[in-house]
Amino acid sequence: MGLTLTWLSLIVLIPLAGLFVRSTDLSLDQFWGIVTSRRTLNALRVSFGLAFAAACVNLVMGTIVVWALVRYRFPGRRLFDAIVDVPFALPTAVAGVALTSLFAQKGWLGAPLAALGVKVAFTPLGIFVAMIFIGIPFVVRTVQPVLIDLDPEIEEAAASLGAGRWQIVTRVILPSLTPALLTGFALAFARAVGEYGSVIFIAGNLPNVSEIAPLLIVIRLSEYRYADATAIAVVMLVVAFLIILAVNRLQRWTQSRAPLN
Amino acid sequence: MSIEMSLQRPRVTSPAQSTRAAKAARRDPRTELRPIRIIITTLAIAFLSIFVVLPLVVVFAEAFAKGVSAYATALIDPEALSAIRLTLLVALVSVATNLVCGLAAAWAIAKFEFPGKTVLITLIDLPFSVSPVISGLVFVLLFGAQGFFGPWLQAHHLQILFAFPGIALATVFVTFPFVARALIPLMQEQGTQEEEAAISLGASGLQTFFRVTLPNIKWGVLYGVLLCNARAMGEFGAVSVVSGHVRGETNTMPLLVEILYNEYQMVASFAIASLLAMLALITLIAKTVLERQLDEEVPRDH
Repeated sequence: MGLTLTWLSLIVLIPLAGLFVRSTDLSLDQFWGIVTSRRTLNALRVSFGLAFAAACVNLVMGTIVVWALVRYRFPGRRLFDAIVDVPFALPTAVAGVALTSLFAQKGWLGAPLAALGVKVAFTPLGIFVAMIFIGIPFVVRTVQPVLIDLDPEIEEAAASLGAGRWQIVTRVILPSLTPALLTGFALAFARAVGEYGSVIFIAGNLPNVSEIAPLLIVIRLSEYRYADATAIAVVMLVVAFLIILAVNRLQRWTQSRAPLN
Repeated sequence: MSIEMSLQRPRVTSPAQSTRAAKAARRDPRTELRPIRIIITTLAIAFLSIFVVLPLVVVFAEAFAKGVSAYATALIDPEALSAIRLTLLVALVSVATNLVCGLAAAWAIAKFEFPGKTVLITLIDLPFSVSPVISGLVFVLLFGAQGFFGPWLQAHHLQILFAFPGIALATVFVTFPFVARALIPLMQEQGTQEEEAAISLGASGLQTFFRVTLPNIKWGVLYGVLLCNARAMGEFGAVSVVSGHVRGETNTMPLLVEILYNEYQMVASFAIASLLAMLALITLIAKTVLERQLDEEVPRDH
């Protein structure tokens, strides 16, 4: 027991505590100055804003994908079910170079998009694409078990009471999926906010425009501006921690709903 | 298929019903109209194809763009070989460390009640939700020249940062949750009855662990090790911050992918990337097989 706690604190707690202790080296004014500097604010805005947008896309597309995978039968269903996990398993650097080459001006998707006047690679749009990619598994995998376990009798009861299909989906099924959907959304958002490897290749990394917060930390570190790096990290860490708390709450909500079936 | 079939209840249609009611009755209330089904399926397939299948295919297409021999040459390059060696070594260390720690943590959480348990579970999850760059940063702050242990390390001529120990530490940190996460629900479900029986029959603590606990969770352990290994070999952000990018020395495979890519050595970069992609695919296949084993092990109550 004691051994376990010691190990845990050695591996997880001490490094993180170090980060906070380090940030107290800064005065509140200095900290505030760093966090509200134009470049930092813009990097945080890019990371959080695009991560939110990407998580929204994953919420909608994830729902569609999970619906097709669970409710319908189509050729290749098992294969598509398996590849949902690819963004989990594929090293982020590999995803980064692959997406960049796919969406670059001469890439398979980049060329037709360029003909339409849409430039993806090396713009904020590229960051958005990479963040969608890495968020795909979260919504699908959190909603899938809930949708599978959904009691068919509820739907049949609703139908026998005269509800149309659209009413059943929006008033009966979606409310039961809401906690799982929100959990998936929060996880996809958290992952996209902190994502580094798959984003930096496609981002273009232009300060104030397409520079994500994790990259700014790396840049500050390479300039030996440790205080700046630490301050940005603390902001991101606090937000990440709040997201975990929210997810834990959501999961308890999901579990309290489960006895329904 | 069988589930779908069994859900379809026999329906009674009476000729007295209006045509509209008959039409409605013929429709399964649990599914949508055919055109909607087709639209949703097409959207799902298109989305997964564009965002998942195409990037995977691109990796192999780019790797073999100049033929098999260029691909092979890229892989037997000394720099590539040294990156592969380093990656394997880092993965070995992380898997071994996290196997022991993960087992201990899961065992403590699943089999005992103690104050602060929820905090501990949250702590275990933390490396998952922290940006990999921050995971790397904390080790720079600890062991860097200006870090807490920096001066002491320098005085003793110990190099952690920009060397193997730093890379291994950062990877251990990032992959910490996998084994514990795989084992906690499994061990909680199994309870402590079998262990209590073994001990009351006179088995020692170690005997109980190796003969009762471990065999019960072997598939879970394998599952955790598999995911831990995949992440350890593929970790980029955290390792990138602590590695120092010394060519031929502290470059892991993902870091080499980046360096070669930035030097426009596309075939070489994608050749290494293809190895990592194959690792990901093998991991996914093994994961599917293990999940089936785990489902048999723990009969789900639904």
